[in-house]
Amino acid sequence: MSTPLPWLKPGLVVGALAPLTALALQAATGALGADPIAIALNRLGLLALILLVASLMCTPLKLFFGWTWPLRVRRALGLLAFTYAAAHVLLYSVVDQGLELSAIVADVVKRPFITVGFVAFVLLVPLAWTSTDAAVRRLGFERWQRLHRLTYVASSLGALHFFLRVKKDVSEPLVVVLLLAGSFGLRLIARARSTRPAS
Amino acid sequence: MANEPKSSEITPEATFARRREFLKNSALLSATAAVTGGGLWALSGGALHARRDDAKQKAGEGAPSSAARPRGRYDTDEAPTSWDDATTYNNYYEFGTDKGDPAQNAHTLVTRPWTVRISGEVEQEQTVDLDELTKWFPLEDRVYRFRCVEAWSMVIPWLGFPLGKLLERVKPTSRAKYVAFETLLRPEQMPGQREPILDWPYVEGLRLDEAMHPLALLAVGVYGKPLPNQNGAPLRLVVPWKYGFKNIKAIVGIRLQAEQPRTTWNLAAAREYGFYANVNPAVDHPRWSQASERRIGELGRRKTLPFNGYADEVASLYKDLDLKAAF
Ligand code: HEM
Repeated sequence: MSTPLPWLKPGLVVGALAPLTALALQAATGALGADPIAIALNRLGLLALILLVASLMCTPLKLFFGWTWPLRVRRALGLLAFTYAAAHVLLYSVVDQGLELSAIVADVVKRPFITVGFVAFVLLVPLAWTSTDAAVRRLGFERWQRLHRLTYVASSLGALHFFLRVKKDVSEPLVVVLLLAGSFGLRLIARARSTRPAS
Repeated sequence: MANEPKSSEITPEATFARRREFLKNSALLSATAAVTGGGLWALSGGALHARRDDAKQKAGEGAPSSAARPRGRYDTDEAPTSWDDATTYNNYYEFGTDKGDPAQNAHTLVTRPWTVRISGEVEQEQTVDLDELTKWFPLEDRVYRFRCVEAWSMVIPWLGFPLGKLLERVKPTSRAKYVAFETLLRPEQMPGQREPILDWPYVEGLRLDEAMHPLALLAVGVYGKPLPNQNGAPLRLVVPWKYGFKNIKAIVGIRLQAEQPRTTWNLAAAREYGFYANVNPAVDHPRWSQASERRIGELGRRKTLPFNGYADEVASLYKDLDLKAAF
């Protein structure tokens, strides 16, 4: 039998990359306003975080509604999140900081919000690296799964990075934190249910 | 018989089903892409900057022609930021926290009639109509660098008069050591004031000697025109050697006093925003390195200068002060 919902993943990937294309177009035509680099940085960071949170919602959706389709796009969502995070970090290092290594190091060391974002990104790298079926086979499912629990840490740090960056109005980061907390909470509830001894 | 299609032209049942399947899948794929793309675009604020064009219209006329005039003693010769950028990229939380919000929302503010209360340690407390007050002194053009604590900067041609002239005229008493400023509190016209984001009204302050410095300006215009509302109309402070948040907008109160005034951002986060807030590349803010800045309109970064490049003029004001502690 052919794969069910063959349109789902390609549709999602095409759609999720559209904002990247649109952003590039806006940047090229000067439509990003007075400080295009800051706008593009924020936009890419936010997209990375949204996609990361979305990838973490897949499992709870399966657990609570029995839907299987979210699991078909989980890996794609994670890789898309990484793509945006990488674009975010590249824009920061190459254009914003002009690849001036000493300035970047000083930023990572001295500014807590950059430190946190940096750690989040460093954690995402091995996850993207081991996202293939071959990597799962190589590592063995147990170890692969344990490694991929780092997503929880990376996404929490991503949310913290967002929280620390905001000057005064923390409502948006709060939404992200609540969604993440929800996705973790639902997993714990599901786990507690399944391990409850049958009476 | 001639009308019957050749057998090779009859679409086999299976092919027909496959084609239908293909069309259905294409439609679903496109729909998924549209929903995903549109959703992400909206969530990440993609639409925000599409509003720039109507913001421009609300800000009024296009770019005014900069009248040629001789360069003044305090003018920088750096190229002024474009009118569009300077009037659509503003931190003015009374009208929203996004930098595009003030240009969108500030048109609701009614700036006439406008009075300024001058009070405290002065010979005669008084409430002056702004149109009267601006006749007291000739207006001067001043092209100043403007440095925001968020590590971006602009060059703005202001129109105004030195704060010191006003203070001389109202005659501070010998007890006056500081000047406190207050922004209008009018939540009906300043939507941001309906949210508890900051402790309203916005307040700021200077030491009296800082306020008397000839660089300190009370501005009523930019680019040779009256201040647009989003830039602080009808009266705002400009102290170019300090971070932008010291440059309080829509001023209704000026009070001379013996004690150091409370200042809004210091009240909000004392560790991050000091009373002095002098531009200082050697003292970092927890979120922004102050060593460099991005000049709006440029891509790379520039080194930030001590006192925003006004060290020759103002550094002597602080010779007895540890600038790392008194940030
Ligand atoms: C080396 C790693 C990183 C660096 C140096 C970095 C740097 C930055 C900078 C400089 C900004 C602020 C831009 C501005 O206001 O001008 C920012 C904002 C942001 N970043 Fe990062 N970042 C990193 C990693 C990440 C990662 C991994 C994520 C997400 C998972 C992320 C998500 C965000 C978000 C959500 C924002 C705020 C967007 C907004 O305010 O709308 N960042 N980052």
